[in-house]
Amino acid sequence: MIRFDRVYKRYPNGREALSSVSFDIGAGEMVFLTGRSGAGKSSVLRLITLLERPTRGLVNVLGHDTQRVSVSKVPSFRRQVGMVFQDHRLLAERSVFDNVALPLVVAHTPLRETDKRVRAALDQVGLLDRIQALPGELSVGEQQRIGIARAIAPRPALIVADEPTGNLDPQLSREILGLFCRLRDAGSTLVIASHDMALVNESGARQIHLDGGRVIS
Amino acid sequence: MIGWLSRHLQALVFALGRLARAPVATLFTAVVIAIALALPAGFLLLTHSVRDVAGNATTVDLTVYFKREVPLESVQQLAAHLRQRNGIESVAVITADDALALMRKDSSLAEALGALPDNPLPHALSIHPAADASSSTSLGALRQYLTAWPEVELVQLDSDWVRRLDAILLLMQRITLGIGTLLGFGVLAVIGNTIRLEINGRRQEIEITQLVGGSAAFVRRPFLYTGALYGLLGSLLAAGIVHTAVALVAGPVDQLARSYGSQFALQPLGGQGLGLMLAVGALLGLAGAWLAAARHISRLQPRA
Ligand SMILES: Nc1ncnc2c1ncn2[C@@H]1O[C@H](COP(=O)(O)OP(=O)(O)OP(=O)(O)O)[C@@H](O)[C@H]1O
Ligand SMILES: [Mg+2]
Repeated sequence: MIRFDRVYKRYPNGREALSSVSFDIGAGEMVFLTGRSGAGKSSVLRLITLLERPTRGLVNVLGHDTQRVSVSKVPSFRRQVGMVFQDHRLLAERSVFDNVALPLVVAHTPLRETDKRVRAALDQVGLLDRIQALPGELSVGEQQRIGIARAIAPRPALIVADEPTGNLDPQLSREILGLFCRLRDAGSTLVIASHDMALVNESGARQIHLDGGRVIS
Repeated sequence: MIGWLSRHLQALVFALGRLARAPVATLFTAVVIAIALALPAGFLLLTHSVRDVAGNATTVDLTVYFKREVPLESVQQLAAHLRQRNGIESVAVITADDALALMRKDSSLAEALGALPDNPLPHALSIHPAADASSSTSLGALRQYLTAWPEVELVQLDSDWVRRLDAILLLMQRITLGIGTLLGFGVLAVIGNTIRLEINGRRQEIEITQLVGGSAAFVRRPFLYTGALYGLLGSLLAAGIVHTAVALVAGPVDQLARSYGSQFALQPLGGQGLGLMLAVGALLGLAGAWLAAARHISRLQPRA
């Protein structure tokens, strides 16, 4: 499902964020990217989601050699990947429904199907009753769950999350971890960057540990 | 097809919503566009009105003045002879008496004319050439033919004012083109800048849309509609301005024209003119928005 083969990433300022990173992630796996701040976790995710291109090496995602995906094909590529962000990235003036519906709207999903999937996603994160609310009327944890609902609403095969529990207390973090486990059990592939080692260890899931841009284990 | 339609409808409704939510700002932009469009539109209308007068007068009449001793019977004979000729639509005989009466009625010289012992005016013919024989060469040939008659004193072919009108018309067309081009660029810039600000204000939304896989067309579409709507609104206002201006000056212009014995009248905008204005406005809006979107949206790279 995801394959990194001797991947290097050097940013325009000359900073080498990744050097010779190789790993494979199979379909249906839940994998944590761990490591200190600056280790290169977000860089790996940005390469997976085509927010960045590798300087050298092969990045293959969902059967696409990302080097060969042209700029005009990036949007349709991204529609196959659900993204969860640490700062959730919700639109403040749009309702919860509109926020969660956004990836379906851009994919031109029929209205009735959109409605159905938004409700299903909100139900999964336990916030169906807040469908009319504005993000500002929700707690931080709830906002994060709306962000997850948006990522899973189109039912992507691959879900990518960058510090999804970074702003949450241990109790909420555990709830979100439970949600991810359920998604994995339902067949999704998940790649989660996190420095919350307690949580990662509790999950018992596979880890890819980065240090200074290299894979340690 | 239905998907395509609903996508565009969605973008249209969205753009309308954005404009309606800031009515004062929208109106200000529309007024600026309207003024820039009203000026060339007004000039174009004026040019058309002038061309209409010129068009009515493209067939130039010839007036043939006879020598004073030529009797009326000869004049009438010649008139009958001319009526047989090709290329002549009508021939009217203006007797010296008719001419005098006309002058007395019309002119401020009436008193002076009344003081004259006898009629100083000759008989004359007014010849209206057929439309297909009104070119300057055939008119010139006709004139030569008439001048050759021994009875004829003078053949007057007064096309000078038509030529002058043509020159004025050409000048007005050039001015209209110049103003139109200049202000068209102005409208493009105003709408482009408005859309640029709009794009900047909605950075976050654009980035998030790109992150969840919104295509360039999807992101651009509402801005294109916003631009087209600005243009449409502006041209609608411009049409109102032109219409009002024509209504305001039509009366005085009519008076002025009549005092010169001219049938010149300002034409109203009309349905075709309105359609043209709306189309030009919408297209300029679309183009301005397209330029702004092409420049500024691609510059926004989503980060995560
Ligand atoms: N856009 C960029 N331009 C230049 N350097 C960058 C850029 N993004 C990241 N870096 C550098 O690359 C290295 C890896 O950054 P990355 O964001 O991948 O780390 P991370 O493991 O996600 O850290 P954190 O846990 O703090 O989020 C860091 O040294 C960072 O300073
Ligand atoms: Mg990071």
